[in-house]
Amino acid sequence: MRGLLAIAAALLLWEGAVRLTGLPPYLLPGPVAVGRALWAYRAELGPAALLTAGETLAGLAIGAALGIAVACAMAAWPRLGRALSPALIVSQTIPVFALAPILTLWLGFGLAPKIAMVVLIVFVPVAQALHDGLVAPPLAQLDVARTMGAGRWSELRHLRFPAALPRLASGLRLGAIYAPVGAVIGEWVGGARGLGALMIQANGRMKTDLMFAALIVVVALSLTIYRVLDRALAGMLARRGF
Amino acid sequence: MTAARPTLRVAGEVPGLFAPLDLTLAPGRITCLLGASGVGKSTLLRLFAHLPTGVTFHGRVDSAPAALMGQDPGLFAWLTVAGNVALGARLRGEAADAARTARLIGAVGLSGLENRLPGQLSGGQRQRVALARTLAEDRPLVLLDEPFSALDARLRLTIGDMAARLLAGRTVLMVTHDPSEAARLGDRIRVMTPAGIEEVAAPPGPVPRPHDAAGVLAAQAALTQRLLA
Repeated sequence: MRGLLAIAAALLLWEGAVRLTGLPPYLLPGPVAVGRALWAYRAELGPAALLTAGETLAGLAIGAALGIAVACAMAAWPRLGRALSPALIVSQTIPVFALAPILTLWLGFGLAPKIAMVVLIVFVPVAQALHDGLVAPPLAQLDVARTMGAGRWSELRHLRFPAALPRLASGLRLGAIYAPVGAVIGEWVGGARGLGALMIQANGRMKTDLMFAALIVVVALSLTIYRVLDRALAGMLARRGF
Repeated sequence: MTAARPTLRVAGEVPGLFAPLDLTLAPGRITCLLGASGVGKSTLLRLFAHLPTGVTFHGRVDSAPAALMGQDPGLFAWLTVAGNVALGARLRGEAADAARTARLIGAVGLSGLENRLPGQLSGGQRQRVALARTLAEDRPLVLLDEPFSALDARLRLTIGDMAARLLAGRTVLMVTHDPSEAARLGDRIRVMTPAGIEEVAAPPGPVPRPHDAAGVLAAQAALTQRLLA
């Protein structure tokens, strides 16, 4: 409720500022104009949003799967873990946005470079968070498991992995927040369709109201994906006694 | 149960932690190892369990497969009570004996709670699950590392007594810093100081002894005195 009030206040302030300063709509359209654009361009925004959502979800799924696989491999073979750990940190310092043109060069103008962009963004937080959990299992449980004669694989499967699920959930949440940004950037650089492409085109034609409308759709899409995932993860963790 | 019991003994030293010592566990009995915090009791227990100690031990360890129960019950939060009691079988990829699991849960007084998760249990109930899990392992050696020290006085008595009864006939090493616990539950009592381990006569009578028996109170006072020395 308080959140809605804050949003309403911000919109009012925005509209008031636009009217008072008399800024032309191609520089800064007010929320009313943006709302009108949302409706007027629904035939373009709808399919674009669906495409961007599809790329985001595909990238999220692939990035999460890759992150989980790599984190498990690093925990299962400590030597591999020690070798890859610094690489994981270095890879976080690379501005993935800079990679978008290269991905387009490599993978063409289809869906692949957009999905790859999302995968790159999602992979690192998921792998990092899960790996942190896998290498630091609860010590009392580890003592019990070792005394019971659990082997390395059994330990990983029955203790380390389930105990690291809350960490994995944190990594997935983080990945989900940034995932749509990856898809949008991919579309920005090398796409004819999707919300990112729509924004670039709108910008080029001074259709600033459409640009803002697309931006709002991106935000709504991100929040929806995050919220659904967050609910699902919270339920999964609660069922497992966390 | 008397046939060919393995010798259970740790003899050696950890420079900087404890001087050369020799601890042999009495077969089929509860040996209470009493000592102040930081004296190396848990290190000694971990040597029996072949668990990492983080220190350099010079000496020899004669041990046997053990079941471990610590101050932190170490329950798996995502497994039910029954799943935790049958944990050993799961970890070793063996089939769990459901009837036996149910019987052990009954023995620690938790019948009806088989499908609860540890988060839904009280501290005392969690420690009872750990006790049932320890019994389920059916190992020649049982290692208890201050298992009741996080419980309140009443629970410490009831669950301690329950453990002593259920562990009767097994070779048990119980580490504790509570003189009263050692006096009530120890068939044998050893006091550990940085200088080594010395034997103290246990009060008369079978364990678990009443907490207010004259012999127990006297032993408790003597042990406290020794810890203060």
